[in-house]
Amino acid sequence: MTDQTTTAAPDSRLMTAARSVLLLRESPVGVFGGLIVLTFMLLAIFAPLVAPFDPNATILPFATPGTANPEGGIFLFGTDHLGRDILSRIIWGGQRVLFYASAATISAYVVGILMGLAAGYFRGWLDEVISFVANVILSFPIMVLYVLIIAKFGASGINIIFAVVFASSPGIMRIVRGVTMDIATRDYIAAAQTRGEGPWYIMLVEILPNARGPLIVDFCLRMGYTTITIGALGFLGLGLPPPDPDWGGMITETRAFVTGGFPHMAIFPACAVSLLVLGFNLLADGLREVSLRD
Amino acid sequence: MLNLVLRRLGTMVLIMLVVALLLFLINEGDPRLIARSVLGPYAQDEQLDAWIMQHGYDRSLFVRYFEWISRVLTGDLGDSIIYKRPVNEIFWDRLGNTAILAGVTFLVMVVVALVLGVLAGMKEGSTQDRVISVFSIATTSVPEYASAVILAGVFVYWLAVLPGTSSMTGGFSVVELILPVLVLTLYGFGYIARMTRASMAEVMTTPYIRTAVLKGLPYRHIIMKHALRNALIAPFTVIMLQINWLLSGVVVTEFAFGYKGFGALLLEAALRRDIFLIEACGLAAVFVAVFTQTVGDLGYTYLNPRIRFK
Repeated sequence: MTDQTTTAAPDSRLMTAARSVLLLRESPVGVFGGLIVLTFMLLAIFAPLVAPFDPNATILPFATPGTANPEGGIFLFGTDHLGRDILSRIIWGGQRVLFYASAATISAYVVGILMGLAAGYFRGWLDEVISFVANVILSFPIMVLYVLIIAKFGASGINIIFAVVFASSPGIMRIVRGVTMDIATRDYIAAAQTRGEGPWYIMLVEILPNARGPLIVDFCLRMGYTTITIGALGFLGLGLPPPDPDWGGMITETRAFVTGGFPHMAIFPACAVSLLVLGFNLLADGLREVSLRD
Repeated sequence: MLNLVLRRLGTMVLIMLVVALLLFLINEGDPRLIARSVLGPYAQDEQLDAWIMQHGYDRSLFVRYFEWISRVLTGDLGDSIIYKRPVNEIFWDRLGNTAILAGVTFLVMVVVALVLGVLAGMKEGSTQDRVISVFSIATTSVPEYASAVILAGVFVYWLAVLPGTSSMTGGFSVVELILPVLVLTLYGFGYIARMTRASMAEVMTTPYIRTAVLKGLPYRHIIMKHALRNALIAPFTVIMLQINWLLSGVVVTEFAFGYKGFGALLLEAALRRDIFLIEACGLAAVFVAVFTQTVGDLGYTYLNPRIRFK
């Protein structure tokens, strides 16, 4: 029985990964999203080289897009009310946003995956407890939860990561729990149990890799949500501390000038955050489409 | 069915009690912090201690929690520290304002989402479907605070047709409601539309629709009388869950437009540590969220005959 189901020589991990990347090619929308995300990542990594000016240097206040800098160069996106170059602030802000969004989402995934595996594999009272806690957390409107946590513990990078982990790991836990309960009924899990493998080995080595499909799609979506969240906290004045730029903070500092004749100050960072989130959403959509195809 | 309703309501009460406990611990866990926020930053330690003794905050958390719960249940929400008035006098007005904003948004959003979702799902893979799908992904990618400034730039600055703030200082104004509703709708409708589309597309592939087509029924009749009925069951739950998201959006949108609703009140209270106001807003938000989730679950069960008659 088991002999017949073994497939041809297994590919190396690298080949499998390369093939999944190539698969994405079949979804033009997904490729487009991936390119947007990639562009922002490259801009973030090479921010010191790409950004035309120092993001915190006050050069020429209230310059409209395209104005020439008296000291050389052009303010492509204009400057803000303090005279800081908006393009440079968007690029450096992107670095900050992407760093905190990844750190927070990955931490939330570690916590969510461990809880989901445990709940879905052990079942019983542990499942009951974890699921109840998740239900309680998920019953908060998410922004209310963020406001309560950040207002209580203060606005800082680490607290934002903590808040995102607290608020979004229950959702991840639910997905992992569902997939785990499904996979746990398969023959190869029974085989591993018969071999005498420990529960955590089974969960992490046998179950988790086979649960990756929905998780990868959800990860892209959640990167988008977290980007939105970090921006929203900055917008509400609960975000990363100034003067270093973050997109939400940039919008809130300059939004009063939108109706006062300088809409570019807030609109460029607003477009930046929307574009990055669009990239994540399209990428997730493309991945989902491709994974459903086979 | 009755059994299910009772169990659901039981879970709801239990979750509310735990949420209340969390809110209580965060806000009233440390009596010195309460005293500090009531008496202000310049109060002496002795004054703090005196206040704690005088108001019974030296008793155990357990006793205080149940006392607080019973006070809340009898409608006593305490006094606001920043407004120096009972929370009741401020809170319900604000909640009413939010109900108007959220109610109008909800109506607009559900109608837009269902229409677009059905239009996309009835011809899966068509140009119509692709355009609608891409449009709804695009709008879902623009968070409220981003669309708020972009739309303010367009409608308030360039076209100068709408007011930029919605504080409603001169009484209720429909014009001031347009931008906040637009902002919330744009961000929120995409998810419902996608779920409706998926559900509609699934129904369109079922044998009974094919039978109806082969019988030669008019297309409009097939969609309206046959397909919609089943296609709208799944989105119902999503729509109810969306209220939870709407409340999140309300916090950001009210802040963006200076709308005097409970979201802005919560933010103000949280930033200025107005304990009793935070508790009232938090409880209200979670109550609405949990209540709509319960209704969503029960409604889905009721609407789906395959589950109802099991």
